[in-house]
Amino acid sequence: MQDIDVKSLETAFQDRIDQEIKIEPRDWMPEDYRKNLIRQISQHAHSEVVGMLPEKNWLTRAPTLKRKMALLAKIQDEGGHGLYLYSAAETLGVSREEMVRDLLSGKAKYASIFNYPALNWADMGVIGWLVDGAAIVNQVALQRTSYGPYSRAMIRICKEESFHQRQGYDICLQLARGSDEQKRMLQDAINRWWWPVLMMFGPHDSASAHSAQSMKWKIKRVSNDGLRQKFVDQTVPQLEFLKMTAPDPQLKWNEERGHYDFGEIDWDEFWNVVKGVGPCNKRRLAVRNKAHDDGAWVREAANAYAQKNN
Amino acid sequence: MKDWPLWEVFIRSKNGLHHKHAGSLHAADAQMAIENARDVYTRRNEGNSIWVVKSTDIVASDPEDGDMLFEAAKSKIYRHPTFYQLPDEVNNM
Ligand SMILES: [Fe+2]
Ligand SMILES: [Fe+2]
Repeated sequence: MQDIDVKSLETAFQDRIDQEIKIEPRDWMPEDYRKNLIRQISQHAHSEVVGMLPEKNWLTRAPTLKRKMALLAKIQDEGGHGLYLYSAAETLGVSREEMVRDLLSGKAKYASIFNYPALNWADMGVIGWLVDGAAIVNQVALQRTSYGPYSRAMIRICKEESFHQRQGYDICLQLARGSDEQKRMLQDAINRWWWPVLMMFGPHDSASAHSAQSMKWKIKRVSNDGLRQKFVDQTVPQLEFLKMTAPDPQLKWNEERGHYDFGEIDWDEFWNVVKGVGPCNKRRLAVRNKAHDDGAWVREAANAYAQKNN
Repeated sequence: MKDWPLWEVFIRSKNGLHHKHAGSLHAADAQMAIENARDVYTRRNEGNSIWVVKSTDIVASDPEDGDMLFEAAKSKIYRHPTFYQLPDEVNNM
């Protein structure tokens, strides 16, 4: 009897999704839908938070006050994005405390891209342009995700993201118009970030563990390979405008497909970074843990003050 | 450490409009909730007034009761102006 009930609930649930009716927090949902969403949204939130770390290293070394203020505003936005997403995940019954604990212990995953080092100022330009650019392609698609709170968070995030990408490209433009040394710096940064950025879209659809079900539930709206192609197509003209190149001899326009062809990602590197042996995995977690510990006295003081006034 | 209480944030984007739900956040007390809401939800002039309400103080209708609560209104089509077909001469009423 119970099985039949769950079956009919599941059918009704899938019907709503097929009709593009959003699922809201207190609606019935399959346990796996809930679990998958918590995993995806919390990973996304962790990525926003860890993503602040490579950039904050450059705040004190920004070349001008204008660049410093823009970078600071961008980083502040990313903290906000983390918060919107943690809040969306909390509506599914997971606590903030749990999510933060899983991030700090290394149990939770976040976007591998932030485990690569930001070596010089050109990296601030390339991160804003390419890393945020890739994130935007993913997030624009997720605005139509089936879970209401997640979709609303994505809409808000997308509104704020385009400034991030433009300030990054603006840094790249200035370097591209600068001295030979500045041009070399920019090309070097592009060479280092290009492949890791393409990896941001995840494994091929055929090798992606969660893809098929997530697409059916509309937790994901466009496949990994579809998003990656979209990103390459829109980025190449921007790359050419800078008179820079990508470190990929196979990158070229395919008239027949109406898309750019590009080479194969080094999947061994991809899985290594995912598994935690990337260049900065340890450092990022150590810095995040230290920041959390250093802030403990603030949280304690706020609690004591709130209690005193109660 | 235990989470601070969760607060729901409502923002009025300008005078003359309703406060609208913007999102939620954790804060130790009401004052901190307002300050955090300012930092998180109004970084680009999104508002000129903030309400914060402890999430536990919000009472929500049960989605399971949706039919019972809202079905009645669906059948009352005569509550809408389009129910009344008027002659063309006076149809801009
Ligand atoms: Fe972001
Ligand atoms: Fe961003």
